[in-house]
Amino acid sequence: MRAPVSWLRELADVPAGATGADIAASLVKVGLEEEALHGGDIQGPLVVGRVLEVTPEKQKNGKTINWCQVDVGQNGQMLTEGTPQGIVCGAHNFKPGDHVVCVLPGGVLPGPFEISARKTYGHVSNGMICSALELGLGEDHDGIIVLEEWLGDNPDVVAGLTPGQDAIELLGLADEVVEVNVTPDRGYCFSMRGVAREYALSTGGAFRDPAGIEVPEANDTGYAVRLTDAAPVNGNDGCDRYIARVVRGVDVNAATPSWMQKRLTQVGMRPISLAVDVTNYVMMLLGQPLHAFDLDTLSGSVGTRRARPGERLKTLDDVDRALHPEDLLIVDGSDTALAIAGVMGGESSEVTSSTTNVLIESAHFDPTTVARSSRRHRLTTEASKRFERGVDPDVTAAAAELAVRLLVELGGGTPDPGVTDIDHRRGREPFAFDLGLPSRYVGLDYPRDEVLATLRAIGCEVTEPSGVGDVSDAFGHGDVVSVLPASWRPDLADGPDLVEEVARVRGYDQIPSVLPQATAGRGLTHGQRTRRVIATTLAQQGLVEVLSYPFIGRDLFDRLGYAADDVRRRTITVANPLSDEAPLMRTSVLDTLLETLRRNVARGNRDAAIYELGLVTVGPEQVRSAPVPGIEARPDDATLSEILGAVPAQPRHVAVAAAGDAEPAGPWGPGRPFDASDAVAWALAVAKAVGVELVISATERAPWHPGRCAQLALPDGTVVGHAGELHPKVVAALDLPARAVAGELDVDVLVAATGEPLQAVALSTFPPAHTDVALVVDEAVPAAAVEAALREGAGSSLESLVLFDTYRGDQVGEGRKSLAFRLTFRSAERTLTTDEVSALRDRAVESAARATGAVQR
Amino acid sequence: MSGPNKQYDPVEVAALDPAAIEQAVADALAAIGAASSLEELKAARLAHQGEKSPLALANREIGALPPSAKAEAGKRVGQARGQVGQALKVRQEELEAERDERILVEETVDLTVRVPRRRLGARHPISLVSERVEDIFVAMGWEIAEGPEVESEWLNFDALNLGADHPARQMQDTFFIDPPELGLVLRTHTSPVQVRTMLDNEPPIYVLCPGKVFRTDELDATHTPVFHQFEGLVVDEGITMAHLKGSLDAFVSRLFGDGTVTRLRPSYFPFTEPSAEIDCRCWICGGQDPNCRTCGGTGWIEMGGCGMVNRRVLTASGIDPDRYTGFAFGLGIERSLMLRHGVGDMHDIVEGDVRFSTQFGMEI
Ligand SMILES: [Zn+2]
Repeated sequence: MRAPVSWLRELADVPAGATGADIAASLVKVGLEEEALHGGDIQGPLVVGRVLEVTPEKQKNGKTINWCQVDVGQNGQMLTEGTPQGIVCGAHNFKPGDHVVCVLPGGVLPGPFEISARKTYGHVSNGMICSALELGLGEDHDGIIVLEEWLGDNPDVVAGLTPGQDAIELLGLADEVVEVNVTPDRGYCFSMRGVAREYALSTGGAFRDPAGIEVPEANDTGYAVRLTDAAPVNGNDGCDRYIARVVRGVDVNAATPSWMQKRLTQVGMRPISLAVDVTNYVMMLLGQPLHAFDLDTLSGSVGTRRARPGERLKTLDDVDRALHPEDLLIVDGSDTALAIAGVMGGESSEVTSSTTNVLIESAHFDPTTVARSSRRHRLTTEASKRFERGVDPDVTAAAAELAVRLLVELGGGTPDPGVTDIDHRRGREPFAFDLGLPSRYVGLDYPRDEVLATLRAIGCEVTEPSGVGDVSDAFGHGDVVSVLPASWRPDLADGPDLVEEVARVRGYDQIPSVLPQATAGRGLTHGQRTRRVIATTLAQQGLVEVLSYPFIGRDLFDRLGYAADDVRRRTITVANPLSDEAPLMRTSVLDTLLETLRRNVARGNRDAAIYELGLVTVGPEQVRSAPVPGIEARPDDATLSEILGAVPAQPRHVAVAAAGDAEPAGPWGPGRPFDASDAVAWALAVAKAVGVELVISATERAPWHPGRCAQLALPDGTVVGHAGELHPKVVAALDLPARAVAGELDVDVLVAATGEPLQAVALSTFPPAHTDVALVVDEAVPAAAVEAALREGAGSSLESLVLFDTYRGDQVGEGRKSLAFRLTFRSAERTLTTDEVSALRDRAVESAARATGAVQR
Repeated sequence: MSGPNKQYDPVEVAALDPAAIEQAVADALAAIGAASSLEELKAARLAHQGEKSPLALANREIGALPPSAKAEAGKRVGQARGQVGQALKVRQEELEAERDERILVEETVDLTVRVPRRRLGARHPISLVSERVEDIFVAMGWEIAEGPEVESEWLNFDALNLGADHPARQMQDTFFIDPPELGLVLRTHTSPVQVRTMLDNEPPIYVLCPGKVFRTDELDATHTPVFHQFEGLVVDEGITMAHLKGSLDAFVSRLFGDGTVTRLRPSYFPFTEPSAEIDCRCWICGGQDPNCRTCGGTGWIEMGGCGMVNRRVLTASGIDPDRYTGFAFGLGIERSLMLRHGVGDMHDIVEGDVRFSTQFGMEI
């Protein structure tokens, strides 16, 4: 909401020297956040000029410009004093003798635009003749401002116009506008009345209520109004108050006075025509949206009803809208839809330049009904914004009366004596309030008198009980009063609402700072600690942690080479994605991490190794809707488990991806590119760091190379994840460097598999004995199988087993490979003899031969 | 070899002549002193201490002396050999020291060049700030609570007093899951974790809920549709707004430096009442610099929102609002990171460029 300072001064006592910033500070104190300060940014010389000569000059482009000589007096001009100035002007709505507004070189107009003498259309133009738009005073419908017209309602000022006179003061251009952000609970602050009331509350100064005007009594001779509502929302009638007033013989083409145009412009609305401007002006002043109908387009009456299925309405924004049965409509006597109540009017009943008789609607609509219509039609209007947040239902009559008065005054109409006021409002209910609550809730002492004074200052009616114990509140405490909040404060509904009022009027800056004594916490959970270890381990392995958005495109799974029935294709879709290119939620972290790898390489980070820890979404086999129970109590267990059960599983994964060199080339020698074993090694490092020894087996799985993919599992067989080199087709489809490697592990599985204290193995101090074996096996036999068999045969004194070489070639034959292992034995009881070690090795080799057909080389 | 009964022969024992021995020692010392390398010293050792050296020969002659002369000759030769041996030892040590010195000089390598021998990894600073924040609250006895990112509408909105028609619900710029009848959204804040915590636990509750949240904002220099938040929740008997202020003050002074304080401004959130905006005293200028880039000269930095947990939220979460009160707050991690470390563009935080994370290392 924008509040011009000069307007605010009419409604509240503002100290003479107060600036926009001072006023903003006072409003911030009571909860209206400062959004911006506008205006006051025009710099002179901006002066009154008298047009001496106008010479039209036709230009090559077909346009005619006027070369004008303007007397700009002696004040404020910085050129040749006292001589007329030549100024080029494109407008034509003026003639010699008119007084206009000239900005001279050195002046600054809103924008900011600095004005200098410049050569244009073959002349040196010493400034500019200004329009209302250029000065931020309104629209430039006709051209430039002619002061005789602009100031038409002030003949004395017009008579006193002098060339050179300061126009900043004359037009009130020094006026600042304070823009505040209105929170949804303060609908009443979408009006000057509300802002002024808050300002007065903050400063303790006087407030002059612009709604405090005489309104005529309702009678039964007014225009017919028939309110119906066959389908109230939440039991609330769509319209509980409707006032209809008629003004006949209005000159709707009369110019809106400059003061009103200026105010509308200042608050951010475009002046349009008298009838519309008047309704907007009243809305800005009182917060009550009004609608002006062309009376002669209506057939006998107005009223409300809900829309019918299939019904349509062309609204003022020229959109033909399909209506919904929940939309509340304004209809006329022939049941024709005129407007979506509280949102926007229709074209058929719009006030046009030929309108003479105007019907003013001032109504109070149900906030929920308006909110839903506004949302359904994606139509947020100044009216809907106010109705949604609650309009003061006591201001309806005053708003209608003020609009009638302005139309009569400015458009020369005559009001009908008939005043229709259909009033179905339910009475507001007072509630009990414990005066000690603010002190207990805030932790600062608020004396009883202060609490009472604040409640009354914000417009509450407070009734103190005649005897003790008359009213008791939910807190079961003593000093309880009955509070009826002001009509414009529908947001005040219980004790804490009033606590906030008491606290903000004293000032939040008075609240002390006291650290609460938390109970002794248990620190991070095992899962949280495990995740930190995993993240740190990967960083220490030389990978860089990144973050990526979890959104993916519909074709990604094809590009990753997933089979048609791959469960990872089962995903959930965002209904309103940021980009239609990426509407799905990822089912693996690699889905988005690989794109991040591509971006890094594209940016020149050629050797990149990255990782990300994050959630993935498992699309449910069967979708279930999450129920939406009320909040009057904790949902019952069945409902709650339905809610929780409808939320898809979202396990936490960690993924790694790398491309380029693992070890760079340098003075020490050539580089080494990443290969599949790096990805496996990272997976093993992660698991080992949290105390898990993973079992590796060869597998085929997208998006990995079928011959270079390791499955990683817990000793009990639970799969933790996969690692290896990416499939060449995936590399091509994702535009990655050749031989890129990747891995992904389910962190939740690792967390679940750990947490029990590991039992230490006693260390032997007897010397180790090393022995090497080279075993030839078929190419298809995985090294892990040979290793497992060796381990089994070697028995418990085998301390370690390392594959240190793989050989393929003539010596072992086609389709065969030689695996060289180093076995280290150590006994817990004694030094092993050479014979003992040989025997153990032979048993290991026999075991490998039995299990894998290995032959010792 | 001379036999014991052999006659004493003055010629044969010339080697034992004191003058000759003196000369042999002098020769030996001169040669040792002249040795300029370990090799030359080795030659000198052979010549003057070896089997054929004069002193070795002299030593051998002692056996031929009559017993009466043996003692004296033995002493003389022994002293001479000791003298030579000592000189050799000293010179050996000197030359070895020289050699060691020379090798060290020869082995000099220029290490001033920064060589990327080992890959250096890094954490993402968003993670580091998150963990830092978590640690601050854990140190105060709080615990860390987490929840899903795809969340039910009831937990994300309704339970937080954001009913379907609440104007504030429209302001949340929500991503909805298709079809909308599922009642699922991408959580717009971590508040549903607060509700989950209250549904599962009896007070006292002291938890921090950090995590990823989603709003339909386009990515630009200061906005991102996917960002990180941390929300605090305390529910206990006798909790007040003063406790809220105290917790926020404690937090900002630990993250941004001693003496940093917060300011509360009245505001509105459906899930809290009373509600407040949190401003933090500018830790760069302390409110003293009208041209400060961090706070824009206002002296205060907007950090987030907070308030006393709305009674309706407590009720929906199964907590007796007549017995317990609570407070909650929410702050942005990206914003904290940008302010604390002068990150000027959100793109750098979200795009995953390794150069960004690498600047920060492992501790923030
Ligand atoms: Zn500052």
